[in-house]
Amino acid sequence: METIDTKVLVVGGGGAGMSAAAAASRDCRVTIVDDNPHYGGQIWRQGVSEKAPPEALELINKLENRSVGFAPGTTIVDSPEPKALIGSRAGKPTLFRFEKLVIATGARERFIPFPGWTKQGVYGAGGLQALVKAGLDVAGKRIIVAGTGPLLVAVAEYLQRKGAKVSFVAELAGKARLLRFGIGLVQYPSKFLKACSFALAPSSISIRTSSLVEEARGGRRVESIRLNRHGKIEEHECDILAIGYHLVPNLELPTLLGCDIGSEGAMVDSYQRTSVADVFAAGETTSIGGIELSCVEGQIAGYAATGNKESVKRLVSKRNKLRGFSRILKKTFEIDDRLKSSVKAETMVCRCEDVSYETLLEFDNWRDAKLQTRCGMGPCQGRICGPATEYLFDWSPDGVRPPLFPVRVKELGDL
Amino acid sequence: MKSVGLTIDGEEFEFAEGTSVAAAVLNSGRHEFRRSVTGSARSAFCGMGVCYECRVTIDGVGMEKSCQIYVAQGMRIQTDGNY
Ligand SMILES: Cc1cc2nc3c(=O)[nH]c(=O)nc-3n(C[C@H](O)[C@H](O)[C@H](O)COP(=O)(O)OP(=O)(O)OC[C@H]3O[C@@H](n4cnc5c(N)ncnc54)[C@H](O)[C@@H]3O)c2cc1C
Ligand code: FES
Repeated sequence: METIDTKVLVVGGGGAGMSAAAAASRDCRVTIVDDNPHYGGQIWRQGVSEKAPPEALELINKLENRSVGFAPGTTIVDSPEPKALIGSRAGKPTLFRFEKLVIATGARERFIPFPGWTKQGVYGAGGLQALVKAGLDVAGKRIIVAGTGPLLVAVAEYLQRKGAKVSFVAELAGKARLLRFGIGLVQYPSKFLKACSFALAPSSISIRTSSLVEEARGGRRVESIRLNRHGKIEEHECDILAIGYHLVPNLELPTLLGCDIGSEGAMVDSYQRTSVADVFAAGETTSIGGIELSCVEGQIAGYAATGNKESVKRLVSKRNKLRGFSRILKKTFEIDDRLKSSVKAETMVCRCEDVSYETLLEFDNWRDAKLQTRCGMGPCQGRICGPATEYLFDWSPDGVRPPLFPVRVKELGDL
Repeated sequence: MKSVGLTIDGEEFEFAEGTSVAAAVLNSGRHEFRRSVTGSARSAFCGMGVCYECRVTIDGVGMEKSCQIYVAQGMRIQTDGNY
């Protein structure tokens, strides 16, 4: 197996990972691994219809000038021994050895099952944006953006710019809460926050608050949705439904390595150190807080990993302030019990193994359900249904087992 | 922008370089990427490599996550769809 030795290994090439690598590479050899073909992570995802914004390009240039190693299209799947990880690329494994590790695996969207969510034309909200950045043509399509979270307005605006007809944004949170959110933002003079502030949403986008999509209707493809708006039922036609319930941190790697996990994500101290020696974590894997917080945490982790305490100290108060925003986000976009009432007996909860809500009702915990029904045992390994069963049944996730992502049998032989 | 030629279910298409295979399949008018274990038709969903709903066969290799792979000249993409 090919082996790459590096002083600092960074997993995740989004804002947090790139910032960590830029900070650490002043002093030593750094390598970044990411499962996408380019740097950028979620917010700065590059693709045929999307170039990275200036702040991302600046970071990328820095990394290139400092000869930071980049392993694109490579997914970390296992840790065979301390201070080593295995990455998999197109069926070929690579061993990465390191002295210090920075985990910057970011977050994914949270999905809550509802009738019709497996129909064609139903996508994640950030998910649809990612597909459009990668070339999907949505010009002229009638799109409803729904769920909860600051991303929705940003996604709707993006889709409109790409020529889609965005009917409206259906946001679960009520007006009063969103208003408080807007007021809470005043103390954060940042571009990111402005982009997601509902109060500042362009007037071309109509926002329906206290609204939840109870069903996606149609044949194989979605044709309309049933919207519960303040308890009143409405039906709206659409070609595409883009729906997501805010974000959840990607915790598989820190969990595999034995890092302590708290209610926000991987737990870290003011140096971004996890509970495991020489393992740092930064960005949305530690808490959902937007790109600025991710970048500051990344910088801190990079400096801390290379013993640059002075630089860490300069950044800590900025980090703590931005963490306040993370708490506001959480409060505003918390989901309540309303979504539970739209799930029907036959609604699929596990899309990989086709396990329905009704089947899962018989079980008390995820472990039993997994063993008896294979829920969460398919290729996504519970990344989609895990947060869903946590919400629907209050089941807590159990441990993770390698490989973290499916690998081919031949490759397993090589590991 | 450079474009690449490829086939989807045997039909020829051209797409701009840097397009993901998932976007290419959708732009070709197909929405069924794969059949689920109980046979229902599924399409790309999460767009970011976690849900595995976008799996297709690429150049004879099955179960490829098409949202994280770019189109390439001469690529042969096969969906489970029945057209
Ligand atoms: C689908 C989606 C779309 C979003 N769009 C926006 C937006 O338009 N505007 C906005 O303000 N915010 C957006 N966000 C919020 C966004 O997550 C943050 O603002 C920001 O991207 C966080 O940066 P990060 O570096 O912490 O994580 P990320 O940017 O998520 O970067 C983490 C990287 O690690 C990679 N990774 C994870 N696990 C592994 C592994 N095992 N092996 C290898 N690589 C791995 C991921 O693929 C990703 O590239 C989006 C989030 C999601 C989930
Ligand atoms: S669309 Fe979810 S993995 Fe590709």
